[in-house]
Amino acid sequence: MASLKELRARIGSIKSTRKITSAMKMVAAAKLRRAQASAEAARPYAAAMRRMLGELAGATKGEDGAPLLLAGTGQDKVHLLVPMTSDRGLCGGFNANVHRLTVQTIRRLQSEGKTVRLLPVGRRALNFFMRDYADLIVDHVIGTSAKEIPFSVASDLGDKINALLEAGEIDVCTLVFNKFRNAMTQVPTCQQLVPMVVEEAGGKLEASNDVAQYEFEPDEATLLAMLLPRNLQVQIYASLLETVAGENGARMTAMDNATRNAGRTIDSLTQVYNRTRQTNITNELIEIISGAQAV
Amino acid sequence: MPIQIEIISPEKVLVSREVDMAVLPGMEGDIAAMPEHSPMMLLLRGGVVALYEGDKVTDRYFVGGGFADITPARCTVLADKAVPVSDISIDMATAQLEALSEAWDKADKTDMSRLVVLQDQIQAVRAEIEAGSGS
Repeated sequence: MASLKELRARIGSIKSTRKITSAMKMVAAAKLRRAQASAEAARPYAAAMRRMLGELAGATKGEDGAPLLLAGTGQDKVHLLVPMTSDRGLCGGFNANVHRLTVQTIRRLQSEGKTVRLLPVGRRALNFFMRDYADLIVDHVIGTSAKEIPFSVASDLGDKINALLEAGEIDVCTLVFNKFRNAMTQVPTCQQLVPMVVEEAGGKLEASNDVAQYEFEPDEATLLAMLLPRNLQVQIYASLLETVAGENGARMTAMDNATRNAGRTIDSLTQVYNRTRQTNITNELIEIISGAQAV
Repeated sequence: MPIQIEIISPEKVLVSREVDMAVLPGMEGDIAAMPEHSPMMLLLRGGVVALYEGDKVTDRYFVGGGFADITPARCTVLADKAVPVSDISIDMATAQLEALSEAWDKADKTDMSRLVVLQDQIQAVRAEIEAGSGS
C-alpha cells in the first residue's frame, strides 16, 4: 500500500492534469466553432465552382486534348497519396485513422504493382510516414493547425500536384482525410483528385438551359484550363477546412473523456487515501491502548 | 427588373443582393451584366466590379482575377480574392507589387507560361493600387 505522502502527490498531479485537459477541451470547442463557420463560409464558392465546371465539361465533351487534370495521363501506374492530418497530437484516434487508411491503401496499391508516392500534409503525417515510408515522400506541407488557414496553403499544394502531374511523375492523385460529420465522428475518406471526377450539369433548373446557348469568353478550352487548377485548389481547401474542424472536434471529445477519466481516478485515489489514513489512525490507537493496558 | 449578384471568394460570400447592373472586368474588356443577359461565362482580370442601382454606383469591389457566370437572372462572380475598394491596403499591395517585380526580373525570360502568370499578377496588383488610391 502506497504511503499517504505518495497518494497525496499522485492526487495532486492528476488534479493538474485534469485542469490541463479541461482547458484544452474548452479551447478545442471554441476553435471548432470557428472552423465550422469557415467551412460553411467556403461552401458557396465550391458549389458555384462545381456548377460552372459541370457546364464547361459538358460543353467541351468529346473534344480532343482535354487537360491533364480532367482526363488524367491515361495511365494508372504512379499514385500520389496526400494524407491530411493535424500538426499536433492529443486528439484521440483522429490522425491514426488517416494513417491506417493510408497504409492500407499503400499496401493495396503496391500489391497491385503500382508505384506509390506520398505528399503528407500536417506534421503528424510527416513524422509518421518518415518512419516506414521515407523513400516514398516527394514533398510535404506543414501548418494545418494555424488559427485560420489561408487559401494560399491550398493553392500552393494544388500547384505542387499540378506540377508533378505535368512533369509526368504521377498518374493518379488521391486525398486521404477525415471527413467531418460531427464533433464526435470523423470518417477517414479517400477522395480522388486526378483525374477529376466532374458531376455533369443537368437536372437542375438553370442547367436546363441548353449548354450550346452559353457564350464563353475566352473560348471553352482556355476557361477550362483556368478553372481546373482552381477547382483542384478549392477541393483541397475544402478538405483542409474539414481536417481543421475534425481535429478540433476529435480533440474536444478526447479531452472530455480525459477530463472525466481524471475525475474518476481522483475519486478512487481519494477513497484509498482516506481509508489509508483511517487505518493508520486506528493502528496508532491500538498501539496506545495496548501500551496503556500493559502498564 | 433587378439582377441577383453574388461575389464569392474562396473564404466567404461577400455580396449577395439585387442590383440593376454590374460591370465586370473581363479578361478581354469590361462587361456589364444586366437582366436578361444571354448566358455567358467569363474570365476576369484583376479589376473593380462596380454595382449599379439606377444610374449610380453603389458599391465597388476589387477582385484579383477569377470567373463570372452570367445568366438572365443572376450573375455569380467567383473571385480569387475580393475586397471592398474602401478596404484596400495600399501598403500591402505596394509591397506585393515590389515582390512581383523582383520575381519578374529573376524569372526565366524564355518560360512563357510563367511570364504570363506573373504578368497577370502584376496587372492585378497594379489595378488594386489604382482602385485603392482612386477612392
